[in-house]
Amino acid sequence: MEILVCVKRVPDTSENEITLNRAGNDIERDDLVYSVNEWDNYAVEEALQIVERLGGNVTVATVGGEDDEEILRREMAMGAKGSALISDEAFEGSDSAGIATLLKAFVQKNRFDLILTGVQAEDGAAQVGGMLAAMLDYPFASLVSSIEVLNEKKLRVTREIEGGNKELNETDLPCVLSIQTGINEPRYVGMRGIRQVASIVIPTLGASELGIDKNSVGKIAAKVQRTDYFVPVLGKGAEMLGGSREKVIDKVIELVKAKGGLK
Amino acid sequence: MVEGIHSPAQVSDWLGLGRILFLVIHLVGLAFLSYIVYRRLIPLLRGERDIRFDRPLTRVARVFQYWLAQWKHPRYRSAGILHILIFAGFITLAIRSFALVIFGLSDGFAFPGRVGHLYDMATDWAATVVFVCMIVAIIRRLYWKPARYAVPERYGKDHTADAVFLLGLIAMLMLCDIVFAASNAAAHAQQGGAVEPLAALSLPWLLNRALAATPVPALLNVRLGICIVHELTFYFLLCYRPFGIQFHVITSLFNVYFAKLDRGTVKPVRWGEANLDELESFGVKRFEDFTWKHMLDFYSCADCGRCSDNCPANAAGRPLSPRFLSIKARDYSFQHYPVFGRTSARQEALIGSIYSEDEIWSCTTCGACEEECPLLIEYIDKIVDLRRGQVDDGKVPQSIQRPLKALETRGNPYGKLEKKRADWTLDKEFRLSCKVRILDDKRSADTLYFVDSITSYDDRIQAIGRATARILDHIGENFGIMGALEKDSGHDVRRFGEEMLFVELSSHNVQAIKACGASRIVTADPHAYNALKNDYKDVPPVEHIAQVIAREMDDGNISFNPVRNANAVYTYHDPCYLGRHNKLYDDPRRVLDAIPGLRRVEMDRCRDRSFCCGGGGLMLFYEPKEDQRMGVKRVQMAADAGANVIVTACPFCMVNMEDAIKVAGMEGKMTAIDLAELVDEQIVRRVPTDTRDAMAEETVNV
Repeated sequence: MEILVCVKRVPDTSENEITLNRAGNDIERDDLVYSVNEWDNYAVEEALQIVERLGGNVTVATVGGEDDEEILRREMAMGAKGSALISDEAFEGSDSAGIATLLKAFVQKNRFDLILTGVQAEDGAAQVGGMLAAMLDYPFASLVSSIEVLNEKKLRVTREIEGGNKELNETDLPCVLSIQTGINEPRYVGMRGIRQVASIVIPTLGASELGIDKNSVGKIAAKVQRTDYFVPVLGKGAEMLGGSREKVIDKVIELVKAKGGLK
Repeated sequence: MVEGIHSPAQVSDWLGLGRILFLVIHLVGLAFLSYIVYRRLIPLLRGERDIRFDRPLTRVARVFQYWLAQWKHPRYRSAGILHILIFAGFITLAIRSFALVIFGLSDGFAFPGRVGHLYDMATDWAATVVFVCMIVAIIRRLYWKPARYAVPERYGKDHTADAVFLLGLIAMLMLCDIVFAASNAAAHAQQGGAVEPLAALSLPWLLNRALAATPVPALLNVRLGICIVHELTFYFLLCYRPFGIQFHVITSLFNVYFAKLDRGTVKPVRWGEANLDELESFGVKRFEDFTWKHMLDFYSCADCGRCSDNCPANAAGRPLSPRFLSIKARDYSFQHYPVFGRTSARQEALIGSIYSEDEIWSCTTCGACEEECPLLIEYIDKIVDLRRGQVDDGKVPQSIQRPLKALETRGNPYGKLEKKRADWTLDKEFRLSCKVRILDDKRSADTLYFVDSITSYDDRIQAIGRATARILDHIGENFGIMGALEKDSGHDVRRFGEEMLFVELSSHNVQAIKACGASRIVTADPHAYNALKNDYKDVPPVEHIAQVIAREMDDGNISFNPVRNANAVYTYHDPCYLGRHNKLYDDPRRVLDAIPGLRRVEMDRCRDRSFCCGGGGLMLFYEPKEDQRMGVKRVQMAADAGANVIVTACPFCMVNMEDAIKVAGMEGKMTAIDLAELVDEQIVRRVPTDTRDAMAEETVNV
């Protein structure tokens, strides 16, 4: 099975202190470290597990600049065989629809049985997966928490729905799935693996390679534009429970019950 | 030889087989043994390389200490004494056994003159002692049943039957020796020859008296019969040993000779391989990835259970028992490399078959098992090698993936910003009392204080850093830190099997250390201390702050005020990487004892038997399966010793102890303090002249 996983490089929330820049239109990016978007990492792991069972290849692709090569390399160290950096000056400032348009062009240049994305990106809007499926006219399932390959043409996927419930769906291939965290336990990518893929040349695909009209993507075509960044006003703060341990426990149970956490 | 007395070979005319029978037994026995040893060597020859032929003099000295002098045995008093007696008897009798074997074949063998006479007396006693010890050992196994021999259900069947069977065989052998000596002497005496006296009150001596009236031909027949039984038992035992726990009788000499010499170190990924990028695979994944020495370890395990008896992970109910790391690997080896039948070596992964993931990640590398093992079996290197295999396959527990990634990108496991690494020095009060310089290639100092990640970033532990800096400042040390240029020492990154990340971190640090031009390093973190001392190459000499304090105390540069908390009872908890791995037991204790009025007690488990607090470095992030925290057990031990203040000298111990005190519900009854913090509190500051000293004065007078 040939699987494409669309990945994104994001500032790692666990390893950065995210602050607004002085102008207030972006976050302070000087000291940021980046990593692959967590959901995407689960998607790559899932793809790798599928090809380990059934054969095939995993390809990872991202839309971005030179710096984004880093995450493609990391996913290759994880086991992805192919990779593509979709990059062109004309692509800068694309909105979600623009990104989906670029990915669609890439998909149409290749042959993939299955396309995975993360449910969302840590700095994103959870749109690209669905848009890509619509543009390709492929079936789409979101919030996927397990995948079973029934045959060459059919998948059975479990979707998470509100309240911790799950539903089972069958879908035809090729299709697009957005992958939820917790679907698997992503493997560790060690320094050794990263060093081994350090010299692999990652193909960069621009507008001409993809056969894209420069006016259909990028800032020009973007229908959604970011206008501001702001930090929400802090709430009232935490309530400290006092008294004996028993009293505190009783109070906690009461509060959790009141919020519907316990029945 | 006395006229009329024949060697067993000569008397054999009634059997009509004579020498031939003995010859056949010897040859068949030796042939079997050679074949068995050959088959047992096969996996060792397929194992990985291991460089153990260096430093022969040191190794011989260790053979004298640990093998001949049985150095570790008295740590378990009764079992140890029993073993020493048996071992001494064996050594004495080994010579005699071979003598008897040769005596059976030729008449000429005997020690000449007085030496021979004394030796014969010694063997009478040796046989007696070993025989009695065997009986005691059998009773011990069957009735007293020491808990450490028990086999938990998940590790298979009980080993008692095998043990008793082997003890019985040895008892049988001893009995043969005794009967032979007694009947031989009785026959000599009756025929009026010069009788070599038997050792008084030994079993041969007693038996000899009983046999005094037995007719000579009967005695000779008994003697011959016993010789044959002895031969058969001897060879059966010799050939049976390589099938079970008695293998150590043969392998122990080699195991001790080839044992690891360098404390505190971790074996290289592959011996003799400098270019790690070239390796196809890392660590131990299949049995054959173990080095030949590690396989020899498996053969040598005597199943005595001392390792697991001391293992804190085992005590806390984690799924790890060092004893069964060895036993399971030996069983695997015997099964796949059998003496009879085809070798069926498979490319089978060990994790998932004989070992579990939780098992190998449960180890804190505290070294209690290795410290205890009388045969010097290594465990940490095997655990690290197995972890390297797991890391190479991407199978790392989720809980430690994030800190590992943060170590890669930020140089610390918390993912905090590099530029904030020196922020612990910015505390207002601290800045008034002590200025810490930040070194780089332009600003140098005599001494580098290597802080490491936890002391740099952890709110609670930063206090240990400040105390350390104030002590260095007090003794007039020209020192500084590397700030953002310092990365995690990587000590536990290496021990968690992520060798290449360790290489990245350590080479960065080595470069930065060299650039800052310091001529020595001080640290208050035993893990960093061990890394700098034993893992890093080409860095200036390193000292732990406890060593510095002890030395400065001796030189009169540090003196102490009477202990602030005169009602408290202190106990010192030995951090694994200061104590066991680097043998620094006395300096911290000397420092504590120098504080006037400080009352100190020892816990039962102290010094080289210290009980790990729960592990440092990445172990703080790992979520083990366990019944109880190690730290809680340790805090309980301190309470049992009558202490209410635990002094330690390691930031990780501090985290674990303080957590454990809370978990155990002992807040208010027990506190933990770092040695540097205590010294900083108790130190006599110089005459106050400015704010800084005024503050110090205030501290003293609180």
